[in-house]
Amino acid sequence: MQAEKSENMSGKDRFPLIWGLIFGILFGFLLQKGGATKYDVIIGQLLLTDFTVVRIMLSAVLTGMIGIYLMKTLGWVELNLKSGSLGSNVIGGLIFGVGFGVLGYCPGTIAGAIGNGYLDALAGGLAGIVIGSGIFAALYPRLKSGILKKGDFGKLTLPQLFRVNDWVVVVPVAGLIFLLLTGLERAGW
Amino acid sequence: MDFLTEVRWPPCAVGIGIGVLSWLSFLISREPISCSTSFARTSGGVERLFLGKKVESKPYYQEIKLVVGWQGMLVVGIVIGSLVSALLSGDFHWQWVPSRWASAFGDSPSLRAFVALIGGVFLGFGARWAGGCTSGHGIGGTLQLAVSSWISAVCFFIGGILMAQVLFKIIG
Repeated sequence: MQAEKSENMSGKDRFPLIWGLIFGILFGFLLQKGGATKYDVIIGQLLLTDFTVVRIMLSAVLTGMIGIYLMKTLGWVELNLKSGSLGSNVIGGLIFGVGFGVLGYCPGTIAGAIGNGYLDALAGGLAGIVIGSGIFAALYPRLKSGILKKGDFGKLTLPQLFRVNDWVVVVPVAGLIFLLLTGLERAGW
Repeated sequence: MDFLTEVRWPPCAVGIGIGVLSWLSFLISREPISCSTSFARTSGGVERLFLGKKVESKPYYQEIKLVVGWQGMLVVGIVIGSLVSALLSGDFHWQWVPSRWASAFGDSPSLRAFVALIGGVFLGFGARWAGGCTSGHGIGGTLQLAVSSWISAVCFFIGGILMAQVLFKIIG
């Protein structure tokens, strides 16, 4: 019975770990090829002298958004959103930003930086992220129903916020990102 | 196959690749690409190593669960993928101090590692507070047009740009 049960479980498992590893390898490969595993490139973005990181992110969002919403319209995928609140996303986002500027890597690119051989990422940054996460876990009981819930809006998309069809937002956002990308290209950033 | 040994690809090619990857990860794993929860699980796992099972009952670890999940494998994969890419193009090298940092603050490895540690603490703490990082909110969430992710991503860059200015224009 026990074995049968676990077999059923694995049959239903939609998140086999091996796919996580494969997607990670491809993601890491792309980040390294883009230069996003390098401190100099990331800090150059934050100093507004090198727009590589923003160009990677915007073209990923443009491509990803059109594909995901197309597949959603066709009924192939469901969105998988993070719920949010002003207290969580604004304050947390700004604290993250301070760390981003000081460290010069983020949680994804630091893994790539380690693969690239960068020891400041391994010996300094990685340890710091683990410690910072632990501090949050310790404070969580005191934060969770207070500041983290301030201005709570739950799982919400922009089309839901504006009460319009998905494509009414997707199309102009896609156009805007495309214009931004061409603008950056023309400006030589 | 020459493109595999090139040091850099154009940013838009890389971005389109990551976008296509996000389609696959939605189709196959029903998850957007994200990273930072794995660091919190690592933190809980290290704590459990010293303090035992009772760590698992902390409210935050009840929520994220201390397991090696899909996302943990993704982060391990990033290290491998980056290593493979860097080795193929000859761009792999051991380095303590990035050159941009060295030009402003000198080439002391311990200073750089210490500041990186402090930055990491803020980054890890902020990622948990905001519920995601530059991957989960910045790419995976914004491409779904999630309100939480657009607000977070904008705040990541506001904080990051301000901090970088303070470090390099005022202190450095």
